[in-house]
Formats: sequence, structure tokens, C-alpha cells
Amino acid sequence: MKVVLQNLTKKFPSRNKKSNDEVIAVNDFNFEIPDGKLIGLLGPSGCGKSTALNLISGLIQPTSGKIFFGDDDVTGLPPENRGVGLVFQSYALYPHLTVRENIMFPLQNLKGAERPSKEEMERRVMEAAKLVQIENLMERKPGEMSGGQQQRVAIARAVVKMPRVLLLDEPLSNLDARLRLQTREEIRRIQRDTGITTVFVTHDQEEAMSISDMIVVMKDGVVQQIGKPQDVYDSPVNLFVSKFLGTPPINVFDGQVKGGKLHIGSEAVLDVPGAADGPVWAGIRPEGFILDENGPFSCDLTSVEVMGRDISVVCGHEKNAGAGAIRAIISAEHRPADGAKQVRFTLKPWKVFLFNHETEERIHFEVK
Amino acid sequence: MNKENNLKGWLYLLPAILFLGFFMVYPLVDVFVYSFEEGYNSASQTFFGVGLYNYSYVLHDPYFLQALKNTFILVIITVPLSTIIALLISVGLNSITPLKKLYQTVYFLPYVTNTLAVGLVFMILFKKTAYTDGLANLILAWFGKGPIDFIDGPYWAKMFVLCFYTIWVVMPFKVLILTSALASVNQDYYNAAKVDGTSPFRIFRKITLPMISPMIFYLVITGFIGAFKAYSDAVALFGTNLNAAEMNTIVGYVYDMLYGDSGGYPSYASAAAIILFAVVFTITLINLSISKKNVHY
Repeated sequence: MKVVLQNLTKKFPSRNKKSNDEVIAVNDFNFEIPDGKLIGLLGPSGCGKSTALNLISGLIQPTSGKIFFGDDDVTGLPPENRGVGLVFQSYALYPHLTVRENIMFPLQNLKGAERPSKEEMERRVMEAAKLVQIENLMERKPGEMSGGQQQRVAIARAVVKMPRVLLLDEPLSNLDARLRLQTREEIRRIQRDTGITTVFVTHDQEEAMSISDMIVVMKDGVVQQIGKPQDVYDSPVNLFVSKFLGTPPINVFDGQVKGGKLHIGSEAVLDVPGAADGPVWAGIRPEGFILDENGPFSCDLTSVEVMGRDISVVCGHEKNAGAGAIRAIISAEHRPADGAKQVRFTLKPWKVFLFNHETEERIHFEVK
Repeated sequence: MNKENNLKGWLYLLPAILFLGFFMVYPLVDVFVYSFEEGYNSASQTFFGVGLYNYSYVLHDPYFLQALKNTFILVIITVPLSTIIALLISVGLNSITPLKKLYQTVYFLPYVTNTLAVGLVFMILFKKTAYTDGLANLILAWFGKGPIDFIDGPYWAKMFVLCFYTIWVVMPFKVLILTSALASVNQDYYNAAKVDGTSPFRIFRKITLPMISPMIFYLVITGFIGAFKAYSDAVALFGTNLNAAEMNTIVGYVYDMLYGDSGGYPSYASAAAIILFAVVFTITLINLSISKKNVHY
């Protein structure tokens, strides 16, 4: 079931009664989620991604705009008539019911002809439990299970009624790092097995990149960029998107384009044919550095962090406009000379992005 | 180190233990002892013998049996009714948005109102005077029902007033506890139920009730204990001579045996008090065993 959002907007009244400032949590969303895909809604805290999810679920009503599931306009429908499965950040498993009763709950709500027989319910509950691999925990209460197991039960409860769309609100935020890796693979697998169109919300770009078919990057209620994770990473439309994706984050410099060359400080570090002269923000991905004694770009070496396969060269630069130190990830086979005060790099042009100094929009140049 | 810590722990507990020992445990034991001493005289500190005569006397005393009956009727009617009504009010309060604070305050007012003032209100409602039959009779008259004397009239009328008063008095505390219990239920549960298309009645029965069951249980237990110990409410309505009004309670009977017109019988009073203790203890045990199945912490 494809999901289409049309000019979707949600405004919340200001908390302060005296001012009339409205908070626009979701501002004019226009995009289509293709059938059977896994979509990550990605953005920093407070960017409106959970609001967007709740709009799709029907728990909140949009101020304007429309939502379609397939060809059906579901904008005015209450959540129970939309056929959505929702997994909450807190899981919201009923603590007094066993796993079996929790998963069966949505089925028992059905009335009349829709209501399956008791055997059919049992069968579907077991099917959902098998899907998330919790068949052996059916008689437990949620309090007697780990976070990861609870998460699986929550997913089973959401898929047991065979929703048209599955929505997950920060599904991994309550899990520890190891479980997070494992569970995100699980979500991917469950989504593939069921083929249900799935939207999940996260602030963790790594999480979104690793399992989504498509990511939607949001900021302040506005969609910044939509695309395949790799495409968005390789070609961010603005400074925000480039900074938001990637660990360690992209290095940002206050640079200058003069005569088709990018200058950072006094050095001309890269040919950027096609870019107009003027001040720019220059973003360089950590993997965009090549250690080179004769390279055009130099910086002051602070430390070298060994990470096994790679090493991370940490250095300082007077034109650094990012939040932290400059990081370059290079293969462990090469490393700066011991005791060196300065390191020099050559830059990979396809890992360097230029952004307008005012609008922060991407400035394209020809990569040779 | 461990031993030293133990010693320290006991030292910290000492004031409380001493206080409780003097003012709780010793009197309790003393009452137990009195209840077996026949013909105990508090002035001369003498008694004839030891045995079960006090219990036998109390259990054959028509006043005590009347008090026992009154207390049981009061408990059986007021505890479930007040809890159910409080639950309905709390659910109502929780689902309205405008004027919620105002209504919460209104429902809590009786709690901070002086007992005498409340007595006055009930007087206006039920008491027959030279000028009026009371507000309740005024309303009854509209339906063509004759005036009923609620204060000095038939037994059921007086029992009705006592139950009504008791429910009215305990209501605000129960409403307060239940509204806060309802408000503390995570909204996600309701949203989850809504997405799954759960009917409001099923939400109430399958989610709300189990979620606040510990608080309901607390109110039922304390309600039982409180109702068994009822006394002052009856005095406020029917005056101090409760035996004559047939409205005595067990605690009232104990008080009368100690200080009333027929007072001066600490042994009988002790026996009655121990019987009350046994009853409350048994009921609480039953409550606890029932709660194991139905209360979800």
C-alpha cells in the first residue's frame, strides 16, 4: 500500500497564550512512500518527525493537507479505520497481560464478520509470534522480558491485524548498542517478510541509513531531502543534510572560491571548476582525505586514534567551522610520521561539498 | 563492620520502637489481657477471675448485636458504593477538559470542610424542625410521598442517612486518589488501544481498571477499615445516645462501655474491641487474598 502525503501541514497553538506564534510541526509535506518499502523519517529532536508519524496514524489531525493510503483518502478517518499498526517508543505493552494476550488484543477488538474464530486468532497470534521469534515467551508478562524482547512483542502486536501500513516511533532508542544493531536487522527482515509499507522515525542517522530503502531528512518541520540513503549521503542538498548524515560528522571549513579553486585559509586545496567566486562553506567527509606529504591541504596534528582497520587523524585548523575537531579517517597502513606537528592531505573531490555562505544550499562543481 | 552497622541501625530505630512500644504495643496487649479478666475494676485494679465471660456477655448483649448489625450494614453498603461512585466521578473528571480544575476543587471541598459544618448541612437536608420537614422531605413531597422523619423515624430511614453521610464524607479523598491514579496512566496505552480500534468500554475494563487496580485496592482496604471504625459520623447525626437511636456502632459500643452513662466496664469494652479487631483482621486477610488475583502492580 503506497502512502501519499499531500501538502500536509500541522500547526500547534502556542503554549504562551499572549503570543499568537503557532508552532508549525509539519510544514507542507509532499511525498509518496512506495508500496512495500521501508522509509526512515530522520531528523534532530523536535523536528516534527513524530508528529508526521502520528498524522499518518490518525492519532492527530492535520491542520491542512491530505493523506492517501493507495487511492483511499484517509485524512478524516479515525486511527482504527485506517488499518495502521503503530509501535510506540515506550512499546506501550499492557503490563498486566501476557505476551499472548497482548498480541491477541487487537484481534479481540474486531466485531461482527471481521472477528476471526478463536482458533483463527490463536493461529494468527502464533504466526505473528513466529515472525518476531518469541514463540517460547508467550506466557510471560512484559515486565519479565528484556527491552529487545518487549520490542518484538510490540511489533508482533502491530502486525497481527495485518495493517496496511506499519509505523514505528523511535523503535530502537530504548535498546543498548548491541541489541540495537541486532534489532534493526530484525526490523528489516520482518518488513521484507511481510511486505508491509513501513515508516519509522529516528534521530539516529546510522540507524536510518542502514535499513531504509529511502530516507526523509527533516529539519524544523520542513523536508530537506528525500532519497536512497547512499544518494543522500553522497549528494546532500544543503549544509544541514551533509552535517546530519555520517559518523564521524563531516568537517566544515569557512572557505573561499577564487578563480575555480577552493581556498581554505591561505591554501588552494582543490580545483572546483564551475563554482562562482565568493565565500563558501566547504564540507569534507572524514574519508575524503588522502595522506600525502605534498598535498595541498595542511592542518595541525592533535592526535592519532587507532580504530583497528582504520586510523582517525585528529587535527585543528583555524578555518574550522564545525563543532568539533577535524577528523580524517585513513587506512591504518598509512600514518603520519611520529612526532609530526603538521600533516598534509590531498582531497578526494567527490567527498568535498560546497555550500552557499548565506543560504547554505549546495553549490555544484564539476568533479573530474 | 557488619555488626557495627547492625548496631547503628537498631540505634536509629530505637526512638520509633520505644514510641510504638509504649503507645501501641503495650496498650494492645493490655486490652487483650483486660478482655479475659472478669469483673475488672479500674479504680481498685482488681478482678475476680480469668475466663471468657466478658466475650459471652458482650455477644449476648442486644446493644452489641445491634451495633454489630449496624456496622456490617454500613460497611457492606458504603464501601462498594463510595468506591464505584468515586470511580465514575474520577473517570468523568479525567475526560472533561473545560472547567476540570474547578470541578476537581468542588469535589474536594467536603474534605477540607469542618465536620460540624457538614453536620449543619445534613440537618438542613434531613432534620425535621418546627418550621420545616427538611429539604429531603420537600423533594419527596413533590412526588407525593409523605414526610419521613430521617433523624428520629424508622430504622431504615436513619440507616439511609448514615450511609449517605458516610459516602459523602469519604468521597473527596477517594476521588482525589483515583483522579491522580487515572492521570498517571501512560497516554501511550490509550493511543495504542485507539489505533487498534478498542471500544471505550473495553478500554475501561481491560486497560484503565487493571492499571489503577492497586489504588482501588488501597481504597477498598482502607475503606473497610474506616467503615468498621465508624462512630463520630453517627454521633454527628443522631447525638450521643446512640443505643436509644438504634444507631450504635461497634466503636460506639466500646466507647459507651468505657465512658458512657452505662460506662465503667473496661473488660466488656476490651472484649468488644478485640472482637472488632478480629473482624477487621479477617476481612483484610480476605481482601488481600482476593487482591492477589485481581490487582496488577
